Amino acid sequence: MKAVPPTISRRHIEGVHTPESIPKFDYGRELGDPGTYPYTRGIHPSGYRGKLWTMRQFAGFGTPEDTNRRYRELLAAGATGLSVAFDLPTLMGRDPDHPLSLGEIGKCGCNVTSLADMEALFDGIALGDVTTSMTINSPAPMMFAMYLVLAERNSVDWSTVAGTIQNDILKEFIAQKEYIYPPRPSMRLITDVFAFSAAHVPRWNTISVSGYHIREAGATAAQELAFTLRNGIEYVQAGVDAGLDVDAFVPRMSFFFNAHSDFFEEIAKYRAARRIWARVMRERFGAKDERSLKLRFHSQTAGVSLTAQQPMNNVARTALQALAAVLGGTNSLHTCSFDEALALPAAEPATLALRTQQIIAHETGLARAVDPFGGSYFVERLTRDLEAEAEQYFQTIDAMGGMVAAIERGFPQREIAESAYRFQQDVDSKRRVVVGVNEFVSEREGNVPILRIDEIAAQRQLAGVERLRRTRNKVVVARALDKLRKAASGTENTMPALLDAVRAYATVGEMCDALRDVWGEYQEQAII
Amino acid sequence: MKKIRVVIAKPGLDGHDRGAKVIARALRDAGMEVIYTGLRQTPEQIVAAALQEDADVIGLSILSGAHNSICPRLMDLLREKGLQDVLVVLGGIIPDADLPALKAMGVAAVFRPGTSMQDIVDFITGRLGSGAPLDTKAASTSDR
Repeated sequence: MKAVPPTISRRHIEGVHTPESIPKFDYGRELGDPGTYPYTRGIHPSGYRGKLWTMRQFAGFGTPEDTNRRYRELLAAGATGLSVAFDLPTLMGRDPDHPLSLGEIGKCGCNVTSLADMEALFDGIALGDVTTSMTINSPAPMMFAMYLVLAERNSVDWSTVAGTIQNDILKEFIAQKEYIYPPRPSMRLITDVFAFSAAHVPRWNTISVSGYHIREAGATAAQELAFTLRNGIEYVQAGVDAGLDVDAFVPRMSFFFNAHSDFFEEIAKYRAARRIWARVMRERFGAKDERSLKLRFHSQTAGVSLTAQQPMNNVARTALQALAAVLGGTNSLHTCSFDEALALPAAEPATLALRTQQIIAHETGLARAVDPFGGSYFVERLTRDLEAEAEQYFQTIDAMGGMVAAIERGFPQREIAESAYRFQQDVDSKRRVVVGVNEFVSEREGNVPILRIDEIAAQRQLAGVERLRRTRNKVVVARALDKLRKAASGTENTMPALLDAVRAYATVGEMCDALRDVWGEYQEQAII
Repeated sequence: MKKIRVVIAKPGLDGHDRGAKVIARALRDAGMEVIYTGLRQTPEQIVAAALQEDADVIGLSILSGAHNSICPRLMDLLREKGLQDVLVVLGGIIPDADLPALKAMGVAAVFRPGTSMQDIVDFITGRLGSGAPLDTKAASTSDR
């Protein structure tokens, strides 16, 4: 018989599972009913019966006006949340007129330089009625401040504003590499947001601790699980060290996982994540509030699994990955568009991706039974295995002195690079089949029209920032930026100074530069 | 025989370095001397690295769509410094429509998603071994 290849994460799977696969299985201790500790089966007693997951499609390109149009289309098509994709200059805290922004404006997402752009981005969208997730990390406090000032100007009370900022810098150092400041001041910015939000914006998710990018960079399922949750632990510890009560800020922490192709491994990963988090919060941090124990997460299908060859195949990949996320109890989901290995999603593929979720939700009947794989010998065994592997990594990282110390030593970066290289070797040698790429290749592939961002977007944003600098009150801006530098140099919370800078129409680049003046920039030791 | 010297560079603001690092490692395992510049290199910095490292090859990794701005600048700088013999290859998400212009400015090959590591190694060793003039065949063989 031909050898059965291992999972994407190189895990060997037994063919048949029996009660002996899960010795001493204890329903109450390992699973509990849905909605009860340790939440392996989900955080809601009734799963999706009461409320479906949020269908939140990540979108952004060109100017704020371009992206606003796409948001209105998505909402009209039945999307139930918004998710902002920013371009690289915004993500890196550079204004459009900075030399490093050359060629990057509006390309990978929407360019947002100042409050004026934020106003255009959400024009005509009721901030009190829709929740918005913003994928932004180093400049997360700046974007959060902009969103809050926008709410203020639309007379929406901060106590009702709901949404998420990614604000997860550790995975940037580990995987996506969109960092600005060194790790330690970066962590301080995050605890500033925790403290400010706990006091003023109680419904805001202050962080989305993300495994998505770690997985995309090449990690295995177990590495994604382990590094993400260990990052979560690092943030909780930082909040505690900053003097916050665990139950005052942890309930607003959220998570973000990948939905990759190996179906059962993914389902087990989500279940293990909830169980580990509940136990860690109770046992390691002594959390009392039930909400601190419940891991809420968004998931996104694996962009990295999409192929440029035979792009329509990606529709099937995405649907199956989305299925795993739903069976694993995701609270919110983004489904990738089939054209994403070629370019940013065009309008039609983006709608098809949303329709895929709607079909799963309304036609398959999947949403009826909660945690349908609960009790499966195979899935429970996998859940246990993933949990054990994650805990092994926790021990290694704890022994290094925590995640910041591990990152400074390049530990997670090396582990991921190793997995990425092994995966590519498996694909090259055809130990792993990728349909349409190394097997079942076809000559005729059909052309997919792709979204192109023309340079007009860049010109508009350049003209916009030039006009802004000319027309705003320079003295007020300079004073606000000085106040920000002063806050960063001392220990006071940086959010009030950021809010004032935003109100004065300081740009993202100017606010980030003010902090660069104080903290400098991080340079990574590149490891290959 | 002298080892082939390759500078692998990530220009622009993008930090997605999985591809760059995997290729760097594959070329090194194939016996080449690989220098990885790290992230966020301007065309000026990349050309300076190539000069200093006496590079035979520059491998660029661009996924952000900024290739149409970065590549012309880089190729101009190489010519200015007399480095027009350095083989420039590009990997990343590059639309079909952009291939002719990239070829015309002297990019020797564009390796897109799905290219095997072996194909890239073979292309570089084939080109540097034979010293063949630049042609457009590389793109058509490496596109798949």
